[in-house]
Amino acid sequence: MTFRDLLHEAVLALTANKVRTGLTMLGIVIGIGSVIAMLSVGQGAQNSVQSSIQSIGSNLIVVRPGAQRGPGVSPSAGRGSSQSLKVSDYEAIQSEITGVKAVAPELTSRYQIVAKGTNTNTQIIGTVPAYAEVRNLQVDTGSFITDANMKDLARVAVLGPTTRDDLFGVNADAVGQTIRINGMSFTVIGITKAKGGSGFGSQDDIVIIPLTVSEQFLSNGDYVSNINIEAVDQQSMTQVQSDVTDLLLARHKIKDVASADFSTLNQADIVATASSVTGIFTILLASVAGISLVVGGIGIMNMMLTTVTERTREIGLRKAVGARKKDINRQFLFESICMTSIGGILGIIMGYLVSFGISATGLLTTQTSSTSVLLSFGVSACIGIVFGYYPAKRAANLNPIDALRYE
Amino acid sequence: MIECKDIKKIYITGGDETAALKGVSLSIKEGEFVAIMGPSGSGKSTLMHILGALDTPTSGKYLLDGEDISNKTDDELADIRGKKIGFVFQSFNLLPRATVMRNVVLPLVYAKMPEIERIKRASASLVAAGLPEDRWNHKSNELSGGQIQRVAIARALVNDPSIIMADEPTGNLDSKTGEVVLGTFQKLNKEEGRTIVLITHELDVAEHADRIIHIKDGMILSDKSTHTKRIIKNI
Ligand SMILES: Nc1ncnc2c1ncn2[C@@H]1O[C@H](COP(=O)(O)OP(=O)(O)OP(=O)(O)O)[C@@H](O)[C@H]1O
Ligand SMILES: [Mg+2]
Repeated sequence: MTFRDLLHEAVLALTANKVRTGLTMLGIVIGIGSVIAMLSVGQGAQNSVQSSIQSIGSNLIVVRPGAQRGPGVSPSAGRGSSQSLKVSDYEAIQSEITGVKAVAPELTSRYQIVAKGTNTNTQIIGTVPAYAEVRNLQVDTGSFITDANMKDLARVAVLGPTTRDDLFGVNADAVGQTIRINGMSFTVIGITKAKGGSGFGSQDDIVIIPLTVSEQFLSNGDYVSNINIEAVDQQSMTQVQSDVTDLLLARHKIKDVASADFSTLNQADIVATASSVTGIFTILLASVAGISLVVGGIGIMNMMLTTVTERTREIGLRKAVGARKKDINRQFLFESICMTSIGGILGIIMGYLVSFGISATGLLTTQTSSTSVLLSFGVSACIGIVFGYYPAKRAANLNPIDALRYE
Repeated sequence: MIECKDIKKIYITGGDETAALKGVSLSIKEGEFVAIMGPSGSGKSTLMHILGALDTPTSGKYLLDGEDISNKTDDELADIRGKKIGFVFQSFNLLPRATVMRNVVLPLVYAKMPEIERIKRASASLVAAGLPEDRWNHKSNELSGGQIQRVAIARALVNDPSIIMADEPTGNLDSKTGEVVLGTFQKLNKEEGRTIVLITHELDVAEHADRIIHIKDGMILSDKSTHTKRIIKNI
């Protein structure tokens, strides 16, 4: 039997009952389609998490209070968490560590903010002017907090664009307006540029005030929530991280790293952790989709077994005119591979459309990769072989006499 | 051409033994037109399946063209059928969704013949079987019973077999159409010298052959030439 003969037979057989063939194929279409769509969602999530991590700064090392834990599991920043990092630690890092480009401590807390009758609950970050450099923040309108603001305990605030939108209306000119935090009034001096990025650690919904002011009015004591350090380049990050650790251990009079009352985290670790989390998330999504693919494959097998029974006499006739086992086997295997391959192609198209649709809703920018497409197509062809194997073998092993006598 | 010695066929179904053939010996020479006759259940089809290499006997010896085929594997038997034997069955002779041409070509597909050659051979045998050319590209489920049997005959001829075996080929046809189909067999036998084994339970069908073998309960009752009868008729 040539390939053309196989194709001829498969077309005849598959078009004989188009509805059944179509429904069976639909199982594969949905299976492959959802695998592609889910992988694209996973990849999209990974991209978005990574870009939002990159957006918080470059060559960044973050020192946080509290015991050293695995990266990713952190005590919630803000009031109530451990208070082991002091402003003096920040100053020491700035003056004693080499290879540091900029250092910015943060004192974060959440407050209800009121402006002209509207209010919002958001994160207040007390910090220093270097914060803009360290965290890649850019000012859109107005100016960032200055050293003079620090010294004067000026009650000024820089708003994130989302906070501005919530308080004053979308794109309203808020510079010069007054907001009230914890009963005190602050003058808005600037608005940062939107960083985009979805909810995950949004840098757009914040209020930045001078560290000195937040120390004085919003907390009692000289502790900070964390210290951001920007290394001069990527190569020096590890060195800076260990120098900072040694320095703080000495300052806190702790001998053993394991019992340190702070933890350091570098950006590469954060990226790796986030990647592994989104990786697990992707695998989870893909395996749910994979289950539907297996169900689709079982549908193929079911249909092929039914066809073999229905076509018992046909098989007997073919054997009577000289068909060998191999010929019958190939014919039925080819039929099932045809179905899964066509289903696979349609599924890839469907997966693309779904992933495109998800992107269009604006929730997440999905990304389909050509490897996932190639892989899916390969998998769908394999499903044809795996689930077509048994029915085809059954057909090939039919005894011609029994097949001819079959009513 | 066909040599059978003491062929036995015993079917075992769930511990029950059915002896369908209880020792059949016969020989058929090239160019003969033989009818095998007998009542229902006498073992005609069983015998044809063995003679046609669709099945192997439980015991006994069967030589086809001098080759012992009682102990061949399934695929070897398939090859022998593809090369030496053409079948015409009572019903379900053709693949219903395929065209007439495709049905006739089928044995050649399995014999791995090149496509152009196939069409030539199939056309020739359709002409020999007497099917009008305007039917050749119809689907086989659009044909009449008589036409279907002609296509089946054409398919049986297409691989240029040593023997054509027909199991009740006129069983589903009215007597007039049956007569035409039987006439085709006679023509193939007389004009092309084809060896034909015809299985039937009707005497007037069997009388189209030159030789009638009667079987009953899996054994041969009689083996006679129809020649003498015809001479008597003609007087
Ligand atoms: N696969 C089988 N299993 C068991 N018994 C069988 C089988 N095939 C045939 N037989 C039995 O063998 C005997 C002969 O059957 P066979 O089909 O050869 O008869 P037949 O002469 O062709 O009859 P008919 O004219 O009705 O076609 C019958 O008794 C039948 O029941
Ligand atoms: Mg019979």
